[in-house]
Order: sequence, then C-alpha cells, then structure tokens
Amino acid sequence: MANVFAFVESRHGEVRKAGLEAVSAARLLADQTGGGDVHALIAGAPGVAGQAGRLAEVGADVVLVVEHPALDLYNPEAVSATVAERIRNGGYRAAVFSATSQGKDLSPRVAAKLRAPLAPDAIALAVEGDAIVVRHPMYTGKVIGSLRITASPALLSVRLGAIPVTPNAKAGRVEPVQPATDPAAARVKVVEMKEGNTGKIDLGEAPVIVAGGRGLKSADNFKLVEQLADSFGNAAVGATRAVTDEGWRPHSEQIGQTGRVVSPELYVAVGISGAIQHLAGMRTSKTIVAINKDKEAPIFKVADYGIVGDVFEVVPALADAVKQAKAQG
Amino acid sequence: MKIAVCIKRVPVMEVKFAIGKDGASVDETGLKYDVNDFDLWAVEAALQLNEKNAPGEVTVVSLGPDAAAEQLRKALSMGADRAVLLKADKQPADGFAVAEALAAELKGGNYDVIFFGKKSIDSDAQTVGPMVAELLDLPCVTSVFKLDIAGGKGTAMRALEGAAEVLEFPLPAVITVDEGLNKERLPSLKGIMAAKKKPLETKPAQLGSAAVTVARMELPPERGAGRIVGQGAAAVPELVKLLQSEAKVI
Ligand SMILES: Cc1cc2nc3c(=O)[nH]c(=O)nc-3n(C[C@H](O)[C@H](O)[C@H](O)COP(=O)(O)OP(=O)(O)OC[C@H]3O[C@@H](n4cnc5c(N)ncnc54)[C@H](O)[C@@H]3O)c2cc1C
Repeated sequence: MANVFAFVESRHGEVRKAGLEAVSAARLLADQTGGGDVHALIAGAPGVAGQAGRLAEVGADVVLVVEHPALDLYNPEAVSATVAERIRNGGYRAAVFSATSQGKDLSPRVAAKLRAPLAPDAIALAVEGDAIVVRHPMYTGKVIGSLRITASPALLSVRLGAIPVTPNAKAGRVEPVQPATDPAAARVKVVEMKEGNTGKIDLGEAPVIVAGGRGLKSADNFKLVEQLADSFGNAAVGATRAVTDEGWRPHSEQIGQTGRVVSPELYVAVGISGAIQHLAGMRTSKTIVAINKDKEAPIFKVADYGIVGDVFEVVPALADAVKQAKAQG
Repeated sequence: MKIAVCIKRVPVMEVKFAIGKDGASVDETGLKYDVNDFDLWAVEAALQLNEKNAPGEVTVVSLGPDAAAEQLRKALSMGADRAVLLKADKQPADGFAVAEALAAELKGGNYDVIFFGKKSIDSDAQTVGPMVAELLDLPCVTSVFKLDIAGGKGTAMRALEGAAEVLEFPLPAVITVDEGLNKERLPSLKGIMAAKKKPLETKPAQLGSAAVTVARMELPPERGAGRIVGQGAAAVPELVKLLQSEAKVI
C-alpha cells in the first residue's frame, strides 16, 4: 500500500484552494498506486487544526497538524525542515505540493534536503507501470514535456486549477506534528503580508479572467475591464506587460512569459495584440474571446471567438449583456 | 562584496519549436540563444549591489555547452568581472543534478550574495536556486521583486497569489529574481571591448545523477482557428449566445 503525502497551503489559518487541489492530486495518486492513505500536512498558528475537517472532506485520511505562533505567516526554513522530516520518516510513494509562489519556494528546498526527485508544475498526472509521469509545459508553453520519476518518494507540484477538487469524505484522523526546527529561530523571516486586491478573486483561482492591453489607452479606462469582470461575478482582472510597464496596473496582474501563467475556463482579451510572450501565459485557457479593432491582430489566431471593434464601444455593451444573461440564469 | 550570479543559455522563444528525433527533446536546428530573461535581471541586481558597495567582484557562472561562453561574455560586457563555464553538453531535466554542480562550484567562494533568475524559460521548473541554497545551507529568498541590502542584512518583497510578503534575512544569502526588480542595462561598446579581456574559466560540470527524466516531449494541440463573431457592439448578443450555449461559460 502506497501512502501519499500532500502539503496544504494556507494563509492566516485558512486553507487555500491550492491546498485542496494538492490533497485531491494526492488522493488520485494514492488510488492509482494501490489504494494507500493520503496524509495531508497543514502548518499554521495554534487553531489551524480547525481546518482538518475540510481536508478530510476532499480525501485526507490523516491530517498532520503543525501548530506554532511563528507559523501564522509562511516560514520557509521551519516548514521545509518539518515537511522533509515527515516525508523522510513516512515511507511515502509520492509527495504533492502546489505550484504556487509558496509551493515553488518550498518544494525544491524539501527535494534538496531529501535528495529526492521533483517534477514541477504538473498540468496532469499519470501512473505508468512503476513510474509517476507528470505533464509539464516548457519553452513558454510551446512544448509539453512528460517527466518521469521511478524513485520513491517522487515529489511533484501541481499547477493551480489543474486537478479538480471533488468531495471524497474520509475519516480524517488528526495527528499533531512537532516542528523539526524552532520556527522562531529561522534566519529568513516573513515579517509582513500585504494583501493585494482585497476581496477580489486571485488570477490563479478565477474561472474567468478579463485582461486588458495597451488598447485601453490609460489606467483610468481600465474601469471598463473591471466592469466587465464584475458582470461575470467570478472574474479576476489581468494585464499585459505593456500595461504594467506603463504603471497602469501592478506587475502582479501581468499575464505571460514573465508574469503569471493562467488557465481559466474563459479568458477575455481586451485591446491586446497577442504577442508571443503574452500568449505564453494564457494559451491554455479553455475558451478565449478577443476584442480588438485590428482584424489582423495575432490574438485572433488563438481566440475561439473574436469581435473586431473598438473596446470603448464593445466592452460596455458586453458587460451589460453578460449581466443580463447572468440575471436570467 | 563578493557576488555570484548563475545564468543560463536558453533558446530565443519567438519560433515554432519542433520535437527532436528521440521524441524527448526539442530539435535544435536553427534555434538562436540568449541569456534567460530572469537571469539578466539577476545580473543587473548584482551589478547595482556591487556599485553601491564597491570595491567588490561579480562572478557569473553558467552550466552549459561551450557555446554558453557567448552568454557569459554578454554578462561580462554588462559589467561582471569574471566568468566560469561549467561545461555540460546535455542539461539534465533534473534540476537537482544541475544544483549539485553549481553548488560544488559556488561552495568555498565566500560569496556574500548568490543571485539566480526566478526560473529559466526553457525548463520552466523554478527549482535550481533554492536547491543550491539548501546544498550550501544558506538563507534563501525566492521570486524577489523588491530588494534592499545594507549592513549585512536584506529586506525583500515577493509576490504571492493575490498578496505580497515582506521578508528579512541575513547575509550571506541566495536570492532569486523576478521581473519588476529592475531593467537590465545594455552592454556598451566599451563594455564589449573590456569583456574580451576579462577572465573566463572553463571546467567540466560535476553533474549529479538525474532521477527525473524526460519520457516524451510533444507540441501542445493547436488551437483551432477561431471564429470572428462580428464587428462592433452589434456582435455582442451573438457572442453572449455562443458563450452560453456552445462554450457553456456563462
Ligand atoms: C523578455 C520579454 C518578456 C515579456 N513578457 C511579457 C509578459 O509576461 N506578458 C506580456 O503581456 N507581454 C510580455 N512581453 C511584451 C510583449 O512582447 C508585448 O509587447 C505586449 O504583450 C504587448 O501588450 P499589448 O497587447 O497590451 O500592447 P500592444 O501590442 O500595443 O497592442 C495593443 C492592441 O490593442 C489594439 N487596440 C488599440 N486601440 C484599440 C481600441 N480602441 N479598441 C480595440 N483594440 C484596440 C491594437 O490593435 C493592438 O492590437 C515581453 C517582452 C519581452 C521582450
């Protein structure tokens, strides 16, 4: 029986969607490699054990809880040492991390501590014989590599949105775990967390993204993009590098080769030309809509649906129409 | 200050890639190469830090084929002082094997700061910097878009999904650089001339064994050429209908 480990990302004591996806991915691997248990580890300030139920609901058999006041914010050294120790002693077939900013900080540290193989940023997972195979976009998404690991434990990180979270209730026994090193003595300290876009859904988690480009002409006109995003109700706002370079939007909203890589259900590109570096961040979106006044714009080559027209005319009309369609259910 | 920057030779991405005969690599015919974007920002960060704390030395290190000397020369022409090429004709897909070779070179170099780009755009793995930090047992801060180093200490910011962290750390440390930290300087003619005389040492890479291998590479499915629904606001009702009935996203 092959047990599988999952690291659960949380923020201020709340499980992130990425954390639920990591548990789901671990469940999938456990089921495909002989039906072992899923052990999900969550770290946080005292009280984080209260999240165990949510992890059991999506397939965790055992919830490993690390509680310490110095773990309210991410603590790279204490968390990586604790996770590595747990994996080393747990005899796991695989360990799943989220391919988020935090997960991409944590997973290579753990891999190096354990000298264990790590396959990053999976968009799909499969068990092929004695190997775990991870599909991973490379070359700015222009090539998909299948990375193969036969050794145990196999470490991997899963891209946000790649593994659906499905209800799969387990008993979810809680087991406290002591930090492997003193969290208060870590050399690197996260001293503050600044919440951006408070209340708004994050690009990686949003089913719909409305992204704006230089065609919007000014920072102020981005309210059209925001209004369209609001009309969907479940949308986040993204931007091109031309826009973040101008300072119209923060860099954290940039989508592309050097920005975020996203794959929402729907991506609406507003006044975006579709440069290769931008496509690198959004070409895996399920449905793409482009609005651009230039019918030759390269964005139309990847868009499922296009409207050739002026954003200042089309976007407000689209926002109204979407709002109406939503209202009618 | 002694500063090291690890840089990688990567293909220029504005091409259509083809899969090589072995089915597990890209066909290199006709590819052009440059320094990985994020690594250029790392070089710039090192140069600025060195300028603030002169006199000091900036060493650039690359693991790659002989031709990667070209990318090291570019960093030298931007202002780095010396370069080391760890020669490896094939780059393993296992970031840990690469990290071991880089760590072996950097160990004992007494660097105050070791910079990396946040990721390389060919492998897109984002693993090597923190792995090297672990192997050298150094504090590590990843994906930094704001950085201040003074008096043996650093403060940095990095983006999370929908938030940002402020971090503090002591030197020596490993830092991986995200876009937004700076804009890289262009090599000047004087810099290019000076670079020719700067030391570039070549030695074989001490690659570890690779436990992650590439089983296959494929091109992603082409997105079928889409459909222009219409012109201007008049096309909006049709678009919304399609999004509801065909794409089922509303
Ligand atoms: C190393 C490197 C990394 C990069 N990384 C990224 C990245 O991560 N993300 C990214 O986005 N870019 C990136 N870029 C930049 C990229 O090459 C493009 O410059 C950028 O994506 C263009 O942004 P844009 O489409 O908003 O602007 P433009 O290319 O200027 O396009 C604006 C579009 O708006 C249309 N338009 C104008 N007015 C209207 C109107 N009234 N109504 C309708 N349409 C209108 C125009 O027809 C045009 O197609 C990178 C570049 C480099 C060199």
